[in-house]
Amino acid sequence: MKNFRFHRPQSVAEAVAVMNGAEAGKYLAGGQSLLPVMKLGLAEPTDVIALDALRELNEVRVDGEALVIGALATHYQVHTSPHVNKLAPALADLAGHIGDAQVRNRGTLGGSVAHADPAADYPAALLALDAVVHTDRRALPAEAFFTGLFETALEPDELVTAVRFSLPRKSAYVKFAHRASKYAVVGVMVARLDKGFRVAVTGAGPKAFRLPELEARLAKSCGPDAFEGFYLSPGELNGDHDASAEYRAHLVGVLARRAVAAAA
Amino acid sequence: MTAGGIGEPLLRKEDRRFLLGKGRYTDDLNLPHQAHAYVVRSPHASARVASIDASRALAMPGVLAVFTGADLAADQVGGLPCGWLIKSKDGSPMVEPPHPPLVTDRVRHVGDQVAVVVAETHAQAKAAARELEVEYETLPAVARLRDAVAPGAPAVWAEAPGNVCFDWELGDRAAVEAAFARAHRVVEIELVNNRLVPNAMEPRAAIGDYDAADDRYTLYTTSQNPHLIRLLMGAFVLKIPEHKLRVVAPDVGGGFGSKIFHYAEEAIVTWASRKLGRPVKWVAERTEAFVSDAHGRDHVTRARLALDKDGHFLALRVETLANLGAYLSTFATVTPTYLSAPLLGGPYTTEAVYAEVKGVFTHTVPVDAYRGAGRPEATYLLERLVDKAARETGIDRVELRRKNLIPSDAFPYQTPLAFTYDSGDYQATLELALRESEYASFEARRAEAAARGKLRGIGLSTYVEACGLAPSAVAGSLGCRAGLYDAASVRVHPTGSVTVYTGAHSHGQGHETTFAQIVAERLGVAPEAVEIVHGDTDKIPFGMGTYGSRSLAVCGSAIAKALDKIVAKSKKIAAHLLESDPGDLEFEAGAFRVAGTDRQKSFGEVAFAAYVPHNFPHESLEPGLDESAFYDPKNFTFPGGCHVAEVEIDPETGEVELARVTVADDVGRVINPVIVDGQIHGGLAQGIGQALCENCVYDDEGQLLSGSFMTYAMPRAADLPNFKVGLHVTHCTHNPLGVKGVGEIGSIGVPPAVMNAVLDALAPAGVTHLDMPATSERVWRALREARGQKGPTP
Amino acid sequence: MAKVSLTVNRKLASVDIEPSTLLVELLREKLGLTGTHVGCDTSQCGACVVHVGGQSVKACTMLAIEAEGAEVVTVEGLAEGERLHPMQEAFRNEHGLQCGFCTPGMMMSAVDLLRHNPDPTEREVRAWLEGNICRCTGYQNIVKAVLACARAMRERAAAPPPASKGGRS
Repeated sequence: MKNFRFHRPQSVAEAVAVMNGAEAGKYLAGGQSLLPVMKLGLAEPTDVIALDALRELNEVRVDGEALVIGALATHYQVHTSPHVNKLAPALADLAGHIGDAQVRNRGTLGGSVAHADPAADYPAALLALDAVVHTDRRALPAEAFFTGLFETALEPDELVTAVRFSLPRKSAYVKFAHRASKYAVVGVMVARLDKGFRVAVTGAGPKAFRLPELEARLAKSCGPDAFEGFYLSPGELNGDHDASAEYRAHLVGVLARRAVAAAA
Repeated sequence: MTAGGIGEPLLRKEDRRFLLGKGRYTDDLNLPHQAHAYVVRSPHASARVASIDASRALAMPGVLAVFTGADLAADQVGGLPCGWLIKSKDGSPMVEPPHPPLVTDRVRHVGDQVAVVVAETHAQAKAAARELEVEYETLPAVARLRDAVAPGAPAVWAEAPGNVCFDWELGDRAAVEAAFARAHRVVEIELVNNRLVPNAMEPRAAIGDYDAADDRYTLYTTSQNPHLIRLLMGAFVLKIPEHKLRVVAPDVGGGFGSKIFHYAEEAIVTWASRKLGRPVKWVAERTEAFVSDAHGRDHVTRARLALDKDGHFLALRVETLANLGAYLSTFATVTPTYLSAPLLGGPYTTEAVYAEVKGVFTHTVPVDAYRGAGRPEATYLLERLVDKAARETGIDRVELRRKNLIPSDAFPYQTPLAFTYDSGDYQATLELALRESEYASFEARRAEAAARGKLRGIGLSTYVEACGLAPSAVAGSLGCRAGLYDAASVRVHPTGSVTVYTGAHSHGQGHETTFAQIVAERLGVAPEAVEIVHGDTDKIPFGMGTYGSRSLAVCGSAIAKALDKIVAKSKKIAAHLLESDPGDLEFEAGAFRVAGTDRQKSFGEVAFAAYVPHNFPHESLEPGLDESAFYDPKNFTFPGGCHVAEVEIDPETGEVELARVTVADDVGRVINPVIVDGQIHGGLAQGIGQALCENCVYDDEGQLLSGSFMTYAMPRAADLPNFKVGLHVTHCTHNPLGVKGVGEIGSIGVPPAVMNAVLDALAPAGVTHLDMPATSERVWRALREARGQKGPTP
Repeated sequence: MAKVSLTVNRKLASVDIEPSTLLVELLREKLGLTGTHVGCDTSQCGACVVHVGGQSVKACTMLAIEAEGAEVVTVEGLAEGERLHPMQEAFRNEHGLQCGFCTPGMMMSAVDLLRHNPDPTEREVRAWLEGNICRCTGYQNIVKAVLACARAMRERAAAPPPASKGGRS
């Protein structure tokens, strides 16, 4: 791995200042995506800014009608948090299916969403739970946050501090995991919010996306008839030798139906 | 029975160091003043190397040298040899292209070795390697078998027209044609045996260490057979005589065949060590291993089976294309030919078999022996074909097998393809597997699964394999360029403890325990008093290493033979001490007794006397108790059995869940039942991997798509059920231990059982064919096609 | 260069390293603890699993410098002197290892499981071990060993304290 300067700022403001002073800095928030990428030489930051001293960012708390999870909360923390298990059990379940036990012990919510891997699990939850991403300077709705393949609306020095999830009445996450990487070939999160059903898909496209047509059908009925004739065009979806776009499109339908049944 | 002797479930003696984290693998060794090598590899499948400019790399911090193929050529370094000469039908020898450790002008697969950078640290070598400027002129590439033999395909080697290395045959073609002419029915199949990457958990590594003072080389390497590496590298590549070259294979983290072969990096670090006057270490990264370790399988086969009106197998005709990769690896040519085709008779009484195999060059990593090596390919073909025959004839698949299995009283059984099976009882293993798998009550389980919306299926395979490589005379007559005997030396120490030097190499097989049990049994000493030494050419008399399930049958037999000599010599000493005739002595439970009396000497007393020979008659009795033996097997050994798999398929996603695996195997005499079970489990896991998830895929340009643990799927704990393992043993009749072999049976027997189960589950939906691996998408597509749907399922 | 100070297997270590040094490189190359292995470069195989601050992590996917001030336990720290840890005992008794390469990571991962879940089902053990690949055993005896270890540790915890209060033998 190429060498870099290492920083461990003691505050969010300091972290951002260090980033601004760096030629090509990277925030390190668990490192379960960043370090593998750096080991393969696909990222070569001049400065690595570790966030682990920012203890205030790993809190999980309830704030009125929302669950606010600090950016540095590990997947393990989210998976086992009593708040999350009580108020958004599908989110806890989702976190328990990320990577493996060791990845979950290090990987963080903020690190994952900022990395915006198209096959990561969290983006589905952010879209389905109408989440808002809080940064050091603003609040971004999830749909505006994820902009493309490994791309977000974050400015180069911007730091995710927390994600605020709406509380669902019911929710479910169904994942079809890649057998080798454990990433989602397709993952579907269904949430019943006060304002209606939300269905979000990860793994299938260049970024996570919602299924507005299906959401509209579910607004009328969440029985099996909601899926009659529903199918997603594979046109825009990911396809590779493990799973073609056509297969992913098919899986979206199957998993969505299962998730809806589980969240009904 | 001696305590800790043959047949006892002794806990492994070698475990302690591994459990404490004190195993010593090659990468754990660091020599003083050691430098680090990084191999620069081709990113292209086929290209001309127009130029290499090392000036920037050489200027990087810590860099000691950059070597290219030209440097090796200037030192007359030879190419990596292929160990087995195959002749084509017309008698012409196979095409043997050059295989230099570093290329000189052309690269022929992604990962081909272009140059090596040596630096003070691994990180520096790697960083400098990125600064090496190599100019490539890319050329058309071909990676897949069918494409490679198509007219106009890019040529991997100019000397191999049509990319054919050899066009080989085995069997009586006329007899097969005659049988087909009188057949009542002919069943045909075409199958792909998917390409695999062995992926032993320890990546390959090597350290070369030249000692100028003694003009002597040492190579530490992750090898299954250090003597073979010494032979091949010493004699063919670096031309170092044996007495000046020591090869050490310390603890090795799994091999599965991939660590048999002599690899370029071994020669490079050994040569570079002399060039630089420092030890040079190389360790593969995993993604590097994917493009530099030999791969396995990769066959496309068409076969036709002729049956009479009662369902007896009359004849089998097989045509195979075997991918050899870009270069010939050590055993690349024997694997799809002599290690595979002679088993096409399987455990059946098929009267005539004729097989043709074309070895094909492609722009891919060399393909060579991988766990099972040729036998899984033959078994998979045969067992898929038998199931297809059952469906087409309407004869129950178990009944069809029963009808054709070689009867248990027919041994020794001469097959139509040169093998003589010495012993076996295929009916017994079939019946045992059926009983233990609750085969008879399967339909109830199918119905129960159907009620849950799942498709459940059961499948089986009955198999025989050949291992215990190999009678040297047979191997030699078939083109092997080495003997395949083995050697052992048994050194009894003055206090009666024993050190055994074996030509086998243990990289997980538990030889330190199993071999000690043989000694314990024969000499009546405790297994704790026995040390097994392996993996060092300076210590071991000779040896051909561990592969082809040969360790016990061949190397163990050599130990048994040496032990016979120890007992014979001990008897002479005991007779001297007891003032009797050796012929009057009985040796039992560690003591020599004058028959019919209570006069005796323990083995320990005899050992002591051997080294304190105060009153030996020197003309007839030498001091010491140290014997060596070479053992050349008389025949192969033939384990066999029956594997049964049960799967459950989610028809919506195509996901296959392996519900049950039950096996009944004949592995010959069992030395340690716990180790036998463990070997079977491991082979099953890899066989299941082949059937359900492992698949090495190249794209049209010869780029490897499944080139890391992120993309190449191997079974994890949650993917597998508990295996039910049963044994029905018949002893091998021609080796002193009665043993056959166990390391590969799982990967041989189970893939067709799993695939037959998948097809059984899918049959009601109308699916009749599927290739390995049965991934979710493939199963889903097969179901969709069977339903006659074109577009995506609503 | 940077200095990192941490506790490894109950001993304090203070080492000068490049910031890019991975934890596994620190352990293997600077501290000579070669029981922690590297089997892949994409964080899948689990041969490098160690404990940091009481949690299992992949030492190939953590910077050494991130372990500043942390308590690190490697496979070399499992046994207490000559006495094997119950997990090591169980792996030996159940033939849970063959080539031994994945074994350290496998055991470290399994010990972490039992800390969370002292009485796991077979299914839970198999699910937990998804981050550890073994190519030799087919996992069957590994799973058996973890279950046997869990049993042994529960029995040990339930057993009345030994009559003698003397030190360890």
